[in-house]
Amino acid sequence: MPKKITLAHGAGGEAYRELVQEIFLPAYANDMLRPLTDSAVCAAGEKIAMTTDSYVIKPLFFPGGDIGRLCVSGTVNDLAVSGAYPRYLSVGLIIEAGFALETLVRIVESIAATAKEAGVSIVTGDTKVVEAGSVDGIFINTAGIGVFTPERPPLPQKIAPGDKIIISGPMAAHGMAIMAARENLGFNPPIECDVAPLAALVDRVLESGCQVNAMRDPTRGGVAAILCEWVTPDTDIVLYDSLLPVRPAVAAACALLGLDPLSIANEGIVLLSVPAPDAERALAALQTVDSGKNAAMIGEVKKGGGAVYAVTDYGTKRKIMMPQGELLPRIC
Amino acid sequence: MKIKTRIEELKRGIGRLAQSLGPVTIMEVCGTHTASIHRYGIQELLPDQIRLVSGPGCPVCVTAPRDLAAALAIAKQDNVIFTCFGDLMRVPCGEESLYSLYENGKEIRIVTSPLDALAIAQENPDQQTVFFAIGFETTAPLTAALIEAAAEGRVENLSVYSAHKTMPQALRELLQNGSRIDALLCPGHVAAIIGAKAFSFVPEELALPAAVAGFRADEIMAALFIILEMLCQGEKKCVNMYPQIVTEDGNKEALALLDKVFAPCDALWRGLGEIEGSGLGIRERFRDFDAAQRFDLLVMESEEPKGCLCRSILQGRNIPTDCVNFGQACTPQQPLGACMVSSEGSCATYYRYQRDRGE
Repeated sequence: MPKKITLAHGAGGEAYRELVQEIFLPAYANDMLRPLTDSAVCAAGEKIAMTTDSYVIKPLFFPGGDIGRLCVSGTVNDLAVSGAYPRYLSVGLIIEAGFALETLVRIVESIAATAKEAGVSIVTGDTKVVEAGSVDGIFINTAGIGVFTPERPPLPQKIAPGDKIIISGPMAAHGMAIMAARENLGFNPPIECDVAPLAALVDRVLESGCQVNAMRDPTRGGVAAILCEWVTPDTDIVLYDSLLPVRPAVAAACALLGLDPLSIANEGIVLLSVPAPDAERALAALQTVDSGKNAAMIGEVKKGGGAVYAVTDYGTKRKIMMPQGELLPRIC
Repeated sequence: MKIKTRIEELKRGIGRLAQSLGPVTIMEVCGTHTASIHRYGIQELLPDQIRLVSGPGCPVCVTAPRDLAAALAIAKQDNVIFTCFGDLMRVPCGEESLYSLYENGKEIRIVTSPLDALAIAQENPDQQTVFFAIGFETTAPLTAALIEAAAEGRVENLSVYSAHKTMPQALRELLQNGSRIDALLCPGHVAAIIGAKAFSFVPEELALPAAVAGFRADEIMAALFIILEMLCQGEKKCVNMYPQIVTEDGNKEALALLDKVFAPCDALWRGLGEIEGSGLGIRERFRDFDAAQRFDLLVMESEEPKGCLCRSILQGRNIPTDCVNFGQACTPQQPLGACMVSSEGSCATYYRYQRDRGE
């Protein structure tokens, strides 16, 4: 095969077939993809969860991850936090002509490895190649299907007074890692992103028999955005500053740039709202998985008037607002 | 928990002092103080009659629309790599912002230190790298170091647009006549450069007690305690409550570098208008590195937004809702005056408070 992707690789002819046969099929290896029919035929339960996300991150490779790992994890995590078992993914690639084949192979290998880790199959895909300059390297869209079972129905996604707020790991690693890599902020050692598929983590909690009232994947806008979406006119969400987990290097970078870790994007954690009697059990379940070993209870839901605030170490309150939105585009 | 205990003590002490005082308004004039006060919920630790207000201490907020327009004009030119601090990106300038230019493919890079611009210029010799310099005496020495390094290394494709400002003149101007401010919390970072002595004009000329403060919750509380003690005793001094960082005379090397590269000039402040001697202009000998000289910039009218009450809001004579523009022509999405730009500015805080109450 040539060393660079050309327009022919997206044209459906010989070059395209070569790409599929030599690179995609061996990497994604599964029986639903292998017939290469127009659509994959898959088994599913009565109810499915479906989601899609496009990945345009810059740079393509960053400390702790790459666009391949991200495009599987992001979609898998959206399925997992709905309560479904993530099962099938599609992978659509839009590639700039001239893109190095070697780089594409690295990305495809990362997609395959992450899919294996997450227990999902890549069952269908698409590849388009556009003229140089029309996209920046490669953009990826993944869509995912998850299945529910009678034992695993969709989560209510509605918080209730008396819930405890639990976070499965330290905040803000993804956003800060990308910002540092992109703007050459020169932190040494570099800040590592925590991007990971979290289906196993979610399984542990849901299999522990805990009631989970709401669960989200706090990506863009961070934890603050989710809490502001969760809060209802008759509840308040209270966090405790002393309980918020942030890795020291990430905290230092946030302090330096004047950013609040609560509003920075994550790709490797989930946020849960769990009734108080089940909270300790949920926490213990999270902590049995490597990606959840630093899980922490960070706050609670009270009856109130729709406010989200943090109690500082000095007993005062700090209001938490819906973040303005990411300063940098293309962080995922 | 030592800090927590200390804060408890200071809180009680402040409560005691406040009993013999009427309403007191204390102004802080440093963006980092504003952020700390918000971050630690300091206002809640104080009795109701002690009110903290933010002065013109947020460098992004006080950057004049004219300077922002100049920045956009430079950033729009071909072959320019425009560098600036991140918090400037979203400030609107008419229909545009640096962020909107970035969205449309202009090369705009966020830097965390002015010296980053030097490396960018050296890596891209065929393009013009411009650093948009804002901030007070704290960041200005770094810009001076950038210009000096560019001159010494003959990095001719680098230039700086200076919108730097200095604090003392602005405070004089703002607090001289008719202000309702009772005391001043002086900026620890600025004082680290210019020295605590540079704020002695506050008690001497403005007849207000003042304290130079650090940025931890206990440091701010300790400075507020000293200020209230002075108010109780009718004393007017500027007390250095941040001696581990701030000396009487400041940082001599930094001041020498500032003086080498910059000369005081008149500066335009958003919402406050032109203040004599409150800016830092690039000296003639470094004019080759002055972006205002290098680029053809149309001189804009320096007209202040009509009816903007920023000045008297900062002086404590008006509240935001007195302003005809408040919530109408001036909103956080499209601010006219400085007090609406930062989320912690007086007007932005009021705006949010009213919106949250559904008014």
